[in-house]
Amino acid sequence: MDALEIARWQFGITTVYHFMMVPLTIGLGLVVAVIQTMWHRTGKPEYLRMTKFWGKLFLINFIMGVATGIVQEFQFGMAWSEYSRFVGDVFGAPLAMEALLAFFVESTFLGLWIFGWKQLKPAVHLACLWIAVIGSVFSAYFIIVANSWMQHPVGVEMIDGRPVMTDAWAVFTNNTALVAVPHTIFGALAVAGAFLLGIAWYHLWRRRHDGIDTIGEDGKVVPGESAIPGRDRADHAVWIRSLRIGAVVAMISFAGTAITGDLQGKLMFEQQPMKMAAAEAACHDGTGFSILSIGNVGSKNCDDIVALIEVPGILSFLAKGDFTTEVQGVNSLIDQYKADYGTHLPDNPIYGERAGQEIQYVPVMEVTYWGFRMMIGFGGLAALAALIALWVTRNGTVPASRGLMRLAVFGILAPFGANAAGWIFTEMGRQPFVVAPNPDPSGIDQVFMFTAAAVSPGVSAGELLTSLVVLTAVYAVLLVVEVRLLVKYIRGGVVAAMPELAHVPVDENEDATPKGGGPGKPGDDVLAFAY
Amino acid sequence: MELLPTIWFIAIAVLWTGYLFLEGFDLGVGMLMKGFARNNTERRVLLNTIGPVWDGNEVWLLTAGGATFAAFPLWYASLFSALYLPLLLVLVALIFRAVAFEYRGKVDNPRWRARWDWAISLGSLVAAFGVGAALGLTTTGLPINANGDREGGPFAWFSAYAVLGGLAVVGFSLLHGLAFLALKTDGDVRHRARRWFVRLLPVLLLPMAGWAVSLQLISGEVWTVVAVVAAVVAAVVAWNFARTGAEGRAFLSLGTFLLLGSASIFGAAFPVVLPSTLNPDFHLTISNASSSDYTLGLMSIVACIGLPLVLAYQAWTYWVFRRRVSHAHIPEAHNFLPAIAAKALAPKD
Repeated sequence: MDALEIARWQFGITTVYHFMMVPLTIGLGLVVAVIQTMWHRTGKPEYLRMTKFWGKLFLINFIMGVATGIVQEFQFGMAWSEYSRFVGDVFGAPLAMEALLAFFVESTFLGLWIFGWKQLKPAVHLACLWIAVIGSVFSAYFIIVANSWMQHPVGVEMIDGRPVMTDAWAVFTNNTALVAVPHTIFGALAVAGAFLLGIAWYHLWRRRHDGIDTIGEDGKVVPGESAIPGRDRADHAVWIRSLRIGAVVAMISFAGTAITGDLQGKLMFEQQPMKMAAAEAACHDGTGFSILSIGNVGSKNCDDIVALIEVPGILSFLAKGDFTTEVQGVNSLIDQYKADYGTHLPDNPIYGERAGQEIQYVPVMEVTYWGFRMMIGFGGLAALAALIALWVTRNGTVPASRGLMRLAVFGILAPFGANAAGWIFTEMGRQPFVVAPNPDPSGIDQVFMFTAAAVSPGVSAGELLTSLVVLTAVYAVLLVVEVRLLVKYIRGGVVAAMPELAHVPVDENEDATPKGGGPGKPGDDVLAFAY
Repeated sequence: MELLPTIWFIAIAVLWTGYLFLEGFDLGVGMLMKGFARNNTERRVLLNTIGPVWDGNEVWLLTAGGATFAAFPLWYASLFSALYLPLLLVLVALIFRAVAFEYRGKVDNPRWRARWDWAISLGSLVAAFGVGAALGLTTTGLPINANGDREGGPFAWFSAYAVLGGLAVVGFSLLHGLAFLALKTDGDVRHRARRWFVRLLPVLLLPMAGWAVSLQLISGEVWTVVAVVAAVVAAVVAWNFARTGAEGRAFLSLGTFLLLGSASIFGAAFPVVLPSTLNPDFHLTISNASSSDYTLGLMSIVACIGLPLVLAYQAWTYWVFRRRVSHAHIPEAHNFLPAIAAKALAPKD
């Protein structure tokens, strides 16, 4: 591997990893904020317990997103200095704004929320969580604005060979970003939905397994009590409500991703036709959507790919909204790209060993073809599972089957897979460009950059390999630690996040009125919740 | 002289100073987890003084980095790529440190805690040293060529100034952490922090003073030399306040030292943002490294709205958590989990 390939692997690994934490942070944050609002309104103990339990898991995950996010910002300058020089005038602004306008808000108000249970009035405390969560959504917006500019550069003029921002409004209302933001938020909610569903299922199953909940003669659940702190009737309410919220969120978010994804696809057929043709492994112009293609999908010449099952008209519908318009295939697009952007990389030292090489315009089709299908497949599977889960749990609890419980728990991974596959598809599909040219009239055609020119010229392959190995190792260790910690707290149940339940005999009216203060050592449970 | 690039040079100097002022003490408190804190309760006292605020403080680093990218992309690209390996170390240190804050108390086990204590302590040390080295080198120079790329291999950045800058930020952070602990804790920890502060101040501030003075020798101006002198006066005042038990004033005086020291350093470096040690023609300056006026104008508007807001709500955070933390506020560690887990894991079928 040369420096460019190592740098690309590093960016891919660190970004996919970072984006395991991010959707859970955004999605779970929104869900916890809604639950705490319900507690604030109703005062019902199960909502407080849900807030604390899901809030604890949220924090364990949040910190990993923070820690891995710093790598992302530094990486542009460290490994991609030529890219940073080229795009800095327009790309740096959304990144700086993300830190200044969004991430500051998120971090500061989350700190207030974690430690402010007693110091702040309940309404203010709740507001802090909402502000932090809205901050995380804005964070996503700014980052996607930056990414969308790489997909569809707008609002610039080329001056001395570099794009210079001339229209900030165009950059910040890039149509690519406007559809990608809701798509990403719905994708994040899908992760949170499956997370709630799987974990709540496990706890309902365990309550049945331990003989706490039973099924009455009418087929409905009879919630019971156990002597163990926190495993009382309110505990049953915690899990069944979490499960239903999770299932509903999962279904709504799938519908959301489908609608926004369709809009996104139609835009991409205009903005990056090669990406979409490669998503289809479609060599020739046509209308059919491939359900299954075989042959060497990764092959570059594209002629030995056979579409085994193909539905006529569907590709045209995805691209244009009708069933008859021919969509350009890879073969005719290659000629067009060659005519527009050249057949060989320029003989410029910036391209290193690649200078003068023939340009490979077709992305790795195994990745685009299967990435596209995994994104849709995992997403749809999770939504279908959520629908079935709602039906199966209509009597107020889950079946006693251990296998089904395991399925629900492993189902948590499906939306994660869909998110990762979607990003890998969209970023790999943009190759060989790091800033993709736009053939459509709404874009500015001659603004583009080949990935081969973007890597830091002064950084050696050895340095890049060092960081690739170090970061991958650190991330692997921390993934094990995080998952083990999450599992521990998930198994511990609500009482793990609310030790006060174990100390005081459980009272039906516990914290019925959300008020701070109180005698004794104020802040005990707050510090236990935090550090 | 160009107005907007100058404003943004000042803005970035302000962001770095804000970062050192705020994260300075939480880096210091982090380092003090080993050596200063004597037992687990004391460590929890230390952690809880910075618990609500350290993450907000760290965002100053991200903002400084992001603002450099937006306002001076060529500075950002050259500095970050030239310092590839040291910044990798900083990243790893910051990752472990952040995760350690959150995970340390999540398992009630002395070995688990001891590991994360090392992560916090070493992570804080390495991050402070690395950031200091990077700042030291951006003011004193790196071997960059006409394109801004580093010449001479992965370790060509190394120089005495890297060590001086690193020690400067480590020393300042340690002292600032002590001042913060004296201000934010009570009982034994408070008094010990104050004693250490008084005793260690001359040693811990020496490297930063050395960095400021050597820059004056390279490219000082009258006002920056005056700032250095004023910074030394502020340090003496801080020492005196601490000696007489005026902890709040000692903390603020030390902050004034940082403000003046940083002004003297950035002021002396201006208008060069990253000198080349190979050829003065390759210096990156506010003119040849900056973004367009349009982008700088846009960012100015954003900063004028965003920065006062950040200062306001971060100040409010410090107000909310103004109470001193002491032993009495640290609850027992909870060992409820084993009981629950044992029950959960007991096989019934």
